[in-house]
Amino acid sequence: MTPRWTPDLTQDDVTPKELWMNRRKVLASLGGLGAATIAGGAFAQTLQPNSLSEISNYNNFYEFGWGKDEPAQYADAMVTSPWSVTVDGMVDRPGTYDLTDLLSGLRREERIYRFRCVEAWSSVVPWNGVELAGVLDKVGVQSNARYVAFETTVQPDVMPGVRSRIIPFPYVEGLRLDEAQHPLTMLATGVYGQDLPNQMGAPIRLVVPWKYGFKSIKSIVRITLTDRQPPTTWNRLNSREYGFYSNVNPNVDHPRWSQADERAIGGGLFASRQPTLMFNGYEDQVAHLYNGMDLSVNY
Amino acid sequence: MSVSRSINTAVRKVPAWPIYLIGAGWAGWLFWLGLTGGLGPEPINALERRYGEVALQLLIVGLMVTPLRNWTNISLLKFRRALGLTAFFFVLAHFLVWTLLDLRSLSRIGEEIVKRPYITIGFASFVMLLPLAVTSNNTSLRRLGAAAWRKLHLLTYPAVLLGAIHYVWLVKGWPIEPFAYLGAVLVLLAVRLRWKRRRTMQAARA
Repeated sequence: MTPRWTPDLTQDDVTPKELWMNRRKVLASLGGLGAATIAGGAFAQTLQPNSLSEISNYNNFYEFGWGKDEPAQYADAMVTSPWSVTVDGMVDRPGTYDLTDLLSGLRREERIYRFRCVEAWSSVVPWNGVELAGVLDKVGVQSNARYVAFETTVQPDVMPGVRSRIIPFPYVEGLRLDEAQHPLTMLATGVYGQDLPNQMGAPIRLVVPWKYGFKSIKSIVRITLTDRQPPTTWNRLNSREYGFYSNVNPNVDHPRWSQADERAIGGGLFASRQPTLMFNGYEDQVAHLYNGMDLSVNY
Repeated sequence: MSVSRSINTAVRKVPAWPIYLIGAGWAGWLFWLGLTGGLGPEPINALERRYGEVALQLLIVGLMVTPLRNWTNISLLKFRRALGLTAFFFVLAHFLVWTLLDLRSLSRIGEEIVKRPYITIGFASFVMLLPLAVTSNNTSLRRLGAAAWRKLHLLTYPAVLLGAIHYVWLVKGWPIEPFAYLGAVLVLLAVRLRWKRRRTMQAARA
């Protein structure tokens, strides 16, 4: 079992609440700290969380359309309360859990994670939530289970993308059980200490920081433990471009574009690309999960 | 007939030069939006896309001039050069955002052009449009002669087609817009093929 994860970013790295909307001022005020921060790590100086406005207005949530501004435009109408999650498959205590019951007693944490989209843009997000492992312990994973499958809510009345069937819905995703139980893997319910905005996957979503963003499925209504690798939406749509694993890997390009670097959102017109890190910077924590695997085959 | 004639009379009084001004203003406005947050949190990508889209839209409008004249007798021929040149300027702006703001490395630019087929064809389209832009003036037309000039400008067709495929090829999934542009280009090119076939058949009969 992997030891508990110790974050490389602390509360001190969070943009002060009153300054969320004015990142430039924050960066300017941090100017004097530059040298100290750089000593802490090559990319530490760029690891300021993005403002709430940036991360909540640039989302892929195809239930609401193809555009990255459409989720923010339409997701308000999504019904997120009451919310229940059905847990089934190879578990000791299957059932439909009210969200509050599912999370009760679990330690809530804030974690600042890098977020890397397969489209080669990235952000830094201060999530609030629990370790998925805690929820899995709670429902009791049976010994023959090998994978965890997830499913997003489908609300055609308020989801234009679902009505137009732009991709097959419900959106489904999956992890290997050891990935799901890894201490970095979170179920997030909030960002910046407040409830998730609907367009970011309220009221509960997966966060797997070392994988491309589309693995981090939003607005979860079902969690299924299974012994077979579950189908995943983008893999089903185009298996050559989107593998089941989809670990962030600068050495394995997307068939159509490079994954060697990324554009950090919020940098403006004159920001340069930054190098993409192996496993999105979480190599020390997760590389062992893939020992002996050819990552260019299991992309 | 009289409707198209009165439209043509009215059109004759409208100069073509405002198209350049509007184009330049629009490009500047988009750049300003990118600079001030109006294009969202990833403005480089957004600006790249917007310039490319406008270029493709203008090229398609340019391809519609002749069918419009043949089918309705409305002639917008006098605007075609301005439309084509403005489209080229947007392609150039699209290329400059990609090279100067996005990649910023000559070796990387070369590598992308060679390695990524959608970029290869986009670049090929740009290269085809270059001589067309350079010869879009009366002096070049005179120097080349009408026949050679017209032949050279047939390059418009593959250039627009490659531009449309370039867009479809880079998107994730099936958003409507790029496919609509490709569809429009295919229809407008098919129309020309049919005209050509009809012309050769008429020539054979005569």
